Amino acid sequence: MTFYLTAIVLGLCLAAMGLGIYITMKIFRIPDITTDGSYTLGAAVTAVLLIQGWSLPAIIAATILAGALAGVLTGLVHTRLKIDALLAGILVMTGLYSVNLSILGRSNIPLLEVGSIFSALAIFEKSIFNELWVGVLFLAILSALLAYVLRTDFGIAMRATGNSESMTRALGINSDRMKIIGLAIANALTALSGFLVAQYQNFADINMGIGIVLVGLGSVLIGDALIHWLKVQHIGLQLLLVLAGCIAFQLVLAVALSLGVNPNMLKLITAVFVLTIVGIPRLVRRQAV
Amino acid sequence: MIEFDHIAKIFNRGQVNEVTALRDIQLHIQKGEFLVLLGSNGSGKTTLLNVLAGAILPSKGRLLINGEDVTQLPEYKRSRWVARVFQNPLGGTAPDLSILDNFRLAALRTRPKTLRIGINEAFKKNVREKIAGLGLGLEDKLQQPMGTLSGGQRQALTLLMSVMDHTDILLLDEPTAALDPKSAAVVMQTAEKLIEEYQLTTVFITHNLSESLRFGNRLIQMHRGEIVRDLDAAAKSKLRLQELYGWFD
Repeated sequence: MTFYLTAIVLGLCLAAMGLGIYITMKIFRIPDITTDGSYTLGAAVTAVLLIQGWSLPAIIAATILAGALAGVLTGLVHTRLKIDALLAGILVMTGLYSVNLSILGRSNIPLLEVGSIFSALAIFEKSIFNELWVGVLFLAILSALLAYVLRTDFGIAMRATGNSESMTRALGINSDRMKIIGLAIANALTALSGFLVAQYQNFADINMGIGIVLVGLGSVLIGDALIHWLKVQHIGLQLLLVLAGCIAFQLVLAVALSLGVNPNMLKLITAVFVLTIVGIPRLVRRQAV
Repeated sequence: MIEFDHIAKIFNRGQVNEVTALRDIQLHIQKGEFLVLLGSNGSGKTTLLNVLAGAILPSKGRLLINGEDVTQLPEYKRSRWVARVFQNPLGGTAPDLSILDNFRLAALRTRPKTLRIGINEAFKKNVREKIAGLGLGLEDKLQQPMGTLSGGQRQALTLLMSVMDHTDILLLDEPTAALDPKSAAVVMQTAEKLIEEYQLTTVFITHNLSESLRFGNRLIQMHRGEIVRDLDAAAKSKLRLQELYGWFD
């Protein structure tokens, strides 16, 4: 039981990143892989500030700011210098590795001695239940906020930017500025995943972000498959299905591990799993034709 | 209303594939004028429209709208005056967004899009009534994604969207080129009705010669980046289709 709960909590912690990737990949149709860097950035900022004794709201604000800055940087490189979004993301992500290392000061900071958002908001005896409830609360607030923003006039303009750029410009929307804001929101959300995971695992590590974008992509693809399958139009429900995708992804990995798969193989399994999610619908479609 | 002051546009200047799309265009468009723009492919008419919309910045010359110099103003800032219907029915709408969302953005064309939820019952009612006026039976499908509609329906809605907010200038870039004759007729009727109702200054590009005779009160022919013919309403009304064919020999 605890085994599956652990997977669900990790899924929730990573779901903030899932929401961010949903914004870049599905709303703006930009392949943004700044993610690997901004995730670690969020964790690094959190770890250092926790140790310095900052309050949780201040740490959350600092994390959001750091992630948003990383996103703005990718956005500026992409829109101002007209560099391919993929390359812009790689550039910023690579640069962030050094930034993260200098924030952390060393490759790993353990957080066992300091409190966390999970202990601060504890109401149950057993820690896993606290982690679960805090995760649910945090993601509920984030999703509700995001769903609200996406339903406002500004949010409609955001959704239109990735959908029909000629139309958005003709309707008075600065599409470049919109993309920069979108990347800022997405990477701020990713950094918040770093914030949660660092406190959940009780450490921040310089390598914790490697390949994390693939976990996010796979989760969003599961969520997107659910959205299409259930024909969900309401943006708030779509976000909920993205959360479900993030949790489903971690559950599958947990099951793989429980079947005795070597943990060293975990990244390979993640890659194959994402390939399966992307590949199977295409194979099925080809047979249908 | 609109003043092209010695406008020129050269693409790929100094390279082997240098193209002069517009050379020294002098054009004054009066308020309320419905200008039909004719010309073979590559004559520069789409470039002229793009310069007016701000999608392309001219290499030389000045562009004035209502006496204001807008030569360097980007497209998204010109939307204060200009609404646009594209040749491709996909160009003027966002396919994955609902009809209602598309109309909401159109209603804010000249205003900032803020962090408030603008789609309320009054807005829905307004859109429903406006769409019902088209007579296409789309007024009960407001939540449907735009992409599920036919090209003709989307062009008609794009036209309607262009008058959801204050508009001075309407640009029609071959709006019926991708449509079947019946849908084309519906779209042009809608255009004519809206242009009259809202007193819009219109620039209309078409390759359909009978359309060019039926609509508008001024006719311009472009050839190799220059205006070669300019007919006012009286001269245009005397023009016969046979004669018009002769222009393209």
